[in-house]
Amino acid sequence: MAEYSPTELMICIAARLMREARTAFIGTGIPMLAASLAKKLYNPDLIAIFEFGGIGASLEDLPRAVGEARTFYRALVATGICDVMETAQRGLIEYGFLGGAQIDPYGNLNTTVIGPHYQPKVRLPGSGGANDVGSLCWRTIAIMKHEKKRFVEKVDFITTPGYLDGPGARERVGLPAGTGPYRVVTDLALLGYDEETKRMMLLATHPGVTVEKVIENTGFELIIPKRVVQNEPPLADELRVLRTEVDPERLYI
Amino acid sequence: MELIDAGQKELLQPPDVEEFRRWIRENKSPVLRDKVMDEHEAVKRFIKDGDYIGIELYGTVRCPMSIVREIVRQGKKRLRLAGQGLLEIDFLVAAGLVDAMDITYVGYEVLGLSNILRRAAESGKVKLVEWSNGALSWRFKAAAMGVPFLPVRSMLGSDTLKYSSAKVVKDPFTGIPVTLLPALILDVGIIHVHRADKYGNAQIDGISGFAFEMARASKRLIISTEELIPTEEIQRYPERTIIPWFLVDAVVVAPFGSHPGEMCYRYERDQEHLLEFLKAAETEETTQQYLQKYVYGPRNHQEYLDLIGRDRLEALQRANKGR
Repeated sequence: MAEYSPTELMICIAARLMREARTAFIGTGIPMLAASLAKKLYNPDLIAIFEFGGIGASLEDLPRAVGEARTFYRALVATGICDVMETAQRGLIEYGFLGGAQIDPYGNLNTTVIGPHYQPKVRLPGSGGANDVGSLCWRTIAIMKHEKKRFVEKVDFITTPGYLDGPGARERVGLPAGTGPYRVVTDLALLGYDEETKRMMLLATHPGVTVEKVIENTGFELIIPKRVVQNEPPLADELRVLRTEVDPERLYI
Repeated sequence: MELIDAGQKELLQPPDVEEFRRWIRENKSPVLRDKVMDEHEAVKRFIKDGDYIGIELYGTVRCPMSIVREIVRQGKKRLRLAGQGLLEIDFLVAAGLVDAMDITYVGYEVLGLSNILRRAAESGKVKLVEWSNGALSWRFKAAAMGVPFLPVRSMLGSDTLKYSSAKVVKDPFTGIPVTLLPALILDVGIIHVHRADKYGNAQIDGISGFAFEMARASKRLIISTEELIPTEEIQRYPERTIIPWFLVDAVVVAPFGSHPGEMCYRYERDQEHLLEFLKAAETEETTQQYLQKYVYGPRNHQEYLDLIGRDRLEALQRANKGR
């Protein structure tokens, strides 16, 4: 079996989630690599959408920023942020990919502060487009490292709404019906959400990772179904395309 | 309309659409007038201490960096900012010129957090009001429309809303809760473009970010441009004028004006310089040394470009893939 890093594994798992996607709102970092890999290997028709106006780029070169020329190189559209966000608000964009410093059982994400808002312990960048993506896309997929300090019972700050405090909460506050968190890709596992309680649920562990290890690294009670499958390790083809075509400059991997 | 929820933060720039109309009537002239000036004059004439400023697009992408460096040189004080950006925000914060920000994102994407923002926020030196990126752009859109607010479906249920100055009401037509975003009328907008004529008619290549909305939300508007073109060129492609002359107060010619950021179809970002800045930003002392060398040192944009060096700038041009 080929050697691979945890980051490479996360990218491959996220790319496989984009196999069926028609439209995906791509945030900065790993989602860019996953979209590029998916487009090259599984889903050439995938329309990648970037918040500052790039729609349907070739993704020939890996973007390093959500507004740079690579997000609209040989694209179908180069528009602006209002148009992109309004397209999401109208309901066209299926998947939204996001990162985060903290996530809770309901998929609420924090990218604003660790500690109080005034004089925090760590000031993070803020929402950027994340809140809009998490509010307006149909299904959001979070990609982050699986650590106890990141998977917490309650995030310090809800930058981007997940299921808030449970079933029906999104609709009650007025978020578009039928939207919400869908998957979480970590370096240990693939997770989803329980239909009834809207709490996070383990779906599959990565190769060599036990269910116990996932539980150990999660700071809240995770729903563990009777049957947990194991993810396929990165395929030779995935690694080759990732290393030689998606990120040959090794910006991320 | 029934008020359901409200952000608890102060509205840093309360919109006054009546005053905005009067201001436009008195100050925005449809007369075609040559507005070309250097960055020193533009900043001196159109930016005042205490102003609320917006900068478009952001840090590493089509950003009016030559104007930002001039603001730092002139030491405009007690500024308030629309906080969407990278080093353009960090330069102003590091120079101690910023009191408050409507913040959506200040950071370096894959290159990490902003240490300058961290020091300012964690010590409580800069007042921060939170928004989403869509929200900040829609606030410009509301101002551009000349209305006091816009209803949207973002920010609901989040702490981003709680620490903003948005309000949530029950929509009188459908009964669903909507977020009302107050219009954001800027004292000064600063936008970098690919081409403009001497009157301020401006063209942008590639994505337009929030240039369309912000240009129309600004009381005073400074355009910096890679290239000055004849008005006949503008007239040949009038559909390409994203910013018309009657919005513009100053046109500053600034080739490589976005450096160390990129300008699509023209030059790449200067990754090496960015990393040099980020390294310097790690401590307060080295940040000030960086500002000394690259911002206070050169007296104007030309001297800055001389400092960066012709060879390096040409290499960034050559590295660009074009269309």
